[in-house]
Amino acid sequence: MQILPLFIAIPMGAAFVLAMLLKARHSVVDILANVVTAVLLALSITLIMTKGTITYEMGRWAPPLGIVLVLDGLTVLMLLIVNLIAFLATIFSISYMERFTAKAKFYSMFMLMLTGLNGVILTGDIFNMFVFLEIASIASYVLVAFGTEDEELEASFKYMVISSVGGLFILLSIALLYAMTGTLNMAHLSQIISSQKSGIGFLFTAALMITGFAIKAAIVPFHAWLPDAHPSAPSPVSAMLSGVFIKTLGIYAMMRVLVNVIGISILGRAWGIMLVLGAVSMVIGALLGLGQKDYKRLLAYSSVSQVGYIILAFGLGTPLGYLAALFHLTNHAVFKALMFFNAGAVEYATGTRDLEKMGGLSEKMPVTGITSVVGTLSISGVPPFNGFWSKLLIIIACIQAGRFSYAVIAILVSVLTLAYFLKVQRLAFFGKIKETLSNIKEVPVPMRVSLIVLAVLCLVIGLDAFRIVQGMDSSWLVRVLLNPAKEVLVNGTGYVSSILPK
Amino acid sequence: MNDRSGMTVIVKTVVRISASLILLYGAYIVAYGQLTPGGGFPGGVILGGAFILLCLAFGKETAFRKLSVNAASVLDSAGALIFLGIALSGYAWGVFFLNFLNKGIPFHLWTAGIIPLCNIGIGLKVGAGLFGAFIALTAFRVVKKGD
Repeated sequence: MQILPLFIAIPMGAAFVLAMLLKARHSVVDILANVVTAVLLALSITLIMTKGTITYEMGRWAPPLGIVLVLDGLTVLMLLIVNLIAFLATIFSISYMERFTAKAKFYSMFMLMLTGLNGVILTGDIFNMFVFLEIASIASYVLVAFGTEDEELEASFKYMVISSVGGLFILLSIALLYAMTGTLNMAHLSQIISSQKSGIGFLFTAALMITGFAIKAAIVPFHAWLPDAHPSAPSPVSAMLSGVFIKTLGIYAMMRVLVNVIGISILGRAWGIMLVLGAVSMVIGALLGLGQKDYKRLLAYSSVSQVGYIILAFGLGTPLGYLAALFHLTNHAVFKALMFFNAGAVEYATGTRDLEKMGGLSEKMPVTGITSVVGTLSISGVPPFNGFWSKLLIIIACIQAGRFSYAVIAILVSVLTLAYFLKVQRLAFFGKIKETLSNIKEVPVPMRVSLIVLAVLCLVIGLDAFRIVQGMDSSWLVRVLLNPAKEVLVNGTGYVSSILPK
Repeated sequence: MNDRSGMTVIVKTVVRISASLILLYGAYIVAYGQLTPGGGFPGGVILGGAFILLCLAFGKETAFRKLSVNAASVLDSAGALIFLGIALSGYAWGVFFLNFLNKGIPFHLWTAGIIPLCNIGIGLKVGAGLFGAFIALTAFRVVKKGD
């Protein structure tokens, strides 16, 4: 598997080449950035058919001393999601970012963020994971502040402080793990942890890890930065941040470390904290979302709420729970990216994010209007769109695990979600158009392409999932992508045997 | 050099003598990174420090004549690309990041394969990057509304 390092090398190279092209014409940097993300998407599609676990030894240094890149089902799924959204975000940026001056700088930072995300997903070394995590985070601080208005700088600073504290928690736990085991390779670490009896030190590191990753994933007690940071970024970046960034840095990294490295058996009953965190995020995110007047801020609160769903399903710890979590993660990446692109399109056309200043936009912007309806129906869980199936699976998984109260919460929050997105529809897209907005136009073609592709994906995933009724494996998405990913989590600390030779 | 910008004549004279020595020492730390304590990062910091010293003593116009912000930015990217290029050229021998050069005799200057080359890339990146960060923190101001 010679192509694995390219997922890190290509965007990193592109980032520094773009940084040298500050004076080049916009068309040149557009083409370069889009070709890079298209190549990465193509590479991640070629990985779909890989079976089992593949490791790549960097510089031919064998683990546990060398750094390995690991490709398994979970990695394939995450790489595909990240690079798909990144590709659509760069297409969207062609028109959207024209009103900012330093387009090459934007793409440069975007590529660095992508480097970090791909690196976190691929690496099999825990310190390496921390480094990539910080690369992605630091690039995102710059991207959040990209508009350099007061509000954006403040949001970026707040985000930077809180997110750095999260990074410190993760670093401290890595340091403690290294002190207790003397290794940083994740598979070797897992091997040593499972052979040792004393659990209290590992329990403490696991607590630090959960805190750190919960800050990165913006789970409720730690969510304060997200509703400021995500709306302040340019819309393609908001889509990346909400769609894949918090999932890769928060949820994926948490799953990998807790399930595959430390092992949830060490956590024992403390594992139940995940259910509580998930349920609290769901409810509070949705309640706070109800009162928002700012389009993108409402979407940001909705992200908090939807991440809660994923954490809840993940916290059940059952195979169906893992599957539902991964399914909802995929779906949320698709429809939340769509909704942030919608918000970006509306902002591009009208120049405002205030819902009360909009109205009747469907008339003038049919593509944006229709795709936003698709996004709304998907996120609120209306069949036949994709959100319905993952929410249904989450509820079934809750009932199967005997957690009836959580199932009820999941259903109620779904109703709340529908309520606040119907509010968006009513205020922004339906009704009579305001006179001040009578001369707006539909957004340019590249932006429409991104919107339509994501809306079609919502529908296609939803229709494909209809076959779940005939058995889980009948659905293409579940069979090819989600099941191998779920197996990695179900396998737990069996992760070791596929990487380290006996 | 008798313009008013910068610090007093004592500081300027000392810096005029020492800046080139500091640069030389930085280059030494970078070049001997594979043999002695040091390497690309500390060497790069010393290289960047020499320019920061120039900037402090003579004012930013003089420093920019030696190394403009654009040049620093290009060098910064070039350093990263050198490092990445070395890593990628490992593919020609089969593996990413392979140390494909002759390892040489231990404790001689040109040993350890690609490591000295990597150090040069890192040195450029860190030196130019540090100078750029210093300039960004001191010279550029965001104009506030109402000022």
